Amino acid sequence: MATWRPDPSFYPSPRMAAKAPKETLAYVAAFDPERARPDAIAVVDVDPTSPHYSQIVGQVDMPNVGDELHHFGWNACSSCLCPNAPHPHVERRYLIVPGLRSSRLHIIDTKPDPRNPKIVRVIEPEEIAEKANYSRLHTTHCGPEGIYVNALADRNGNAPGGIFLLDHQSFDVLGQWEMDRGPQKLAYDFWWHLGHDTMVTSEWGTPDTFENGLVPEVLLGSKYGRRLHFWDLHKRKHLQEMDFGEEHQLVFELRPAHDPTKAYGFVGCVISLKDLSASIWTWYRDGDRWAVKKVIEIPAEPADPNLLPPVLKGFSAVAPLVTDIDLSMDDRFLYVSCWGTGDMIQYDVSDPFNPKETGRVRIGGIVSRATHPKAKNGALNGGPQMVEISRDGKRVYFTNSLYGAIDPQFYPEGIDGWMVKLDVADGGGIRFDEKFFVDWPKGHRPHQVRLEGGDCSSDSYCYP
Amino acid sequence: MTTLWPWLSLAGLGAFHGLNPAMGWLFAVALGLHRQSRRTVWLSLIPIAIGHALSIATVLLVFAAFGTALDPNRFRIAAAVLILCVAGYSAVNGHRHRVRVGMQTGMAGLAVWSFLMATSHGAGLMLVPAVLSLCLADRGNELAIASSLPISLAALAVHSGVMLAVIAAVAFAVFEWLGLSALRSAWINFDRLWTLALGATGVALLVQ
Repeated sequence: MATWRPDPSFYPSPRMAAKAPKETLAYVAAFDPERARPDAIAVVDVDPTSPHYSQIVGQVDMPNVGDELHHFGWNACSSCLCPNAPHPHVERRYLIVPGLRSSRLHIIDTKPDPRNPKIVRVIEPEEIAEKANYSRLHTTHCGPEGIYVNALADRNGNAPGGIFLLDHQSFDVLGQWEMDRGPQKLAYDFWWHLGHDTMVTSEWGTPDTFENGLVPEVLLGSKYGRRLHFWDLHKRKHLQEMDFGEEHQLVFELRPAHDPTKAYGFVGCVISLKDLSASIWTWYRDGDRWAVKKVIEIPAEPADPNLLPPVLKGFSAVAPLVTDIDLSMDDRFLYVSCWGTGDMIQYDVSDPFNPKETGRVRIGGIVSRATHPKAKNGALNGGPQMVEISRDGKRVYFTNSLYGAIDPQFYPEGIDGWMVKLDVADGGGIRFDEKFFVDWPKGHRPHQVRLEGGDCSSDSYCYP
Repeated sequence: MTTLWPWLSLAGLGAFHGLNPAMGWLFAVALGLHRQSRRTVWLSLIPIAIGHALSIATVLLVFAAFGTALDPNRFRIAAAVLILCVAGYSAVNGHRHRVRVGMQTGMAGLAVWSFLMATSHGAGLMLVPAVLSLCLADRGNELAIASSLPISLAALAVHSGVMLAVIAAVAFAVFEWLGLSALRSAWINFDRLWTLALGATGVALLVQ
């Protein structure tokens, strides 16, 4: 498996990665909310010169049903070039695909035929429970000590959730990552600042509070996650906890600056209990501590209660529900998915404390049901959700489903899956690529997108 | 002139170790880029060279101690077997270890890192045949701690001097002129070369 030269998709710095060739394929996690047929990783043709552009050209089905594929990642990426732990001769080749509900981990080989990936190993939940004491696998990242996978719960479905390590060649489960977790209990996302030896983790809740949908009492009682945790990446020790306060619930996706010399990043908070607004926060280094500041607030939109699902009727407003965000490779543009209102917003975050809106499109949405030029039915449901940016920052892809049990709480008639693409203008500004609309095959809903060769949320870098 | 080749091989190994990005020049360049300081690049090379030299000194000291206690022939074979085992282990398992030192490290952390990298890669083991042949040439066929020590120290000095010169040259060239994009194509698989070199060391010692 080792090669003589570094994998060509590894770049020392984000600056160099931004010059990478255009992606021609996207891998998309697709799951069956009914848990009747196997979930799948679909391969979507994103090469505009191909006759199959905007079509699913391959698919690998999971061996079981009910996994709920969600997030996934690569076995190796640009962090393999880091000087303190160099492993540059590993191939970026395998997709690490966890089942959020099943806690099963699939290793999928994208070579020799990237359109026809194959499952090469399945790690059963029992093995993960035995070796790492975790379950409900969520996000994966390739990093300095191998493959990091986080889990939302311990083996019995209780707190604490946390991170475990996989060997990046054998894929054996190496064990729990944390050596001293301090007060951390809940888990959701994790990523790091390689240049500052810092791990950041965020919070959702325990499985009993989301596996059958969000629980209103838990939400209104401010019992879902509302904290960020900062860790020493190498000592694996909890350093600092940051509470966003009772008003803020569901602190989700973490997007640290790609430039390893910059000590700041962005995190989205799904909902405010005060006014249903969503917010974006910037964490940053303040002396020898980390600090956080709210930099964007997206208000709820007044709406006719007759058009609203039961959870929102009493409020007569649509919550924006910021469920995913993504940062371009040059750390200039932040994309914010508003799954409730149907907006995808582009902000210029060159000054991370003073974001400026530079673009906005609307598609789907609880009330708006905005359409797409290539869509057939003219009233799309679901809204912008998992978003991924090409390394050069010129193309943005996203899908419309959040989580099987939560989708019907906000979209009671169910969600018909779609995947769309935006073209980005040089100085900012976004518009739909009218030729790209994947009308997702019925029975599956699309979730996270990963781009061939890496994207803006897959790789981390040690050199500026 | 028969005693020239061990010195040349010590120097050659110094160059080989120095060229390997995993032995430190790359870390020095990275720290320099992070802190936007040429001075950091130069200063970092010192703890890196010290850590490397300490690792090799430890190995040579252990070997000198055992070498004087054992029959030279048996000692040679035991050393060869040990080196082949290390080579075999790295061929199968690669070089994967806990990462303890990151980009915020200070100079002491850098020395510890360099010591651990050199030790876990078996850098000192590669020098054993050359040092052993120097010691034996000096004393007929007997190893004595009194004569082995100065020879080992001289060997360490030659190796470390060349290593330092090479990491300095490479770090300077990359930091000042080449830039890091060269890594993408020029970083050949040193781990594999390294394992081959260790294997060759073991075999050379066995047939010596």
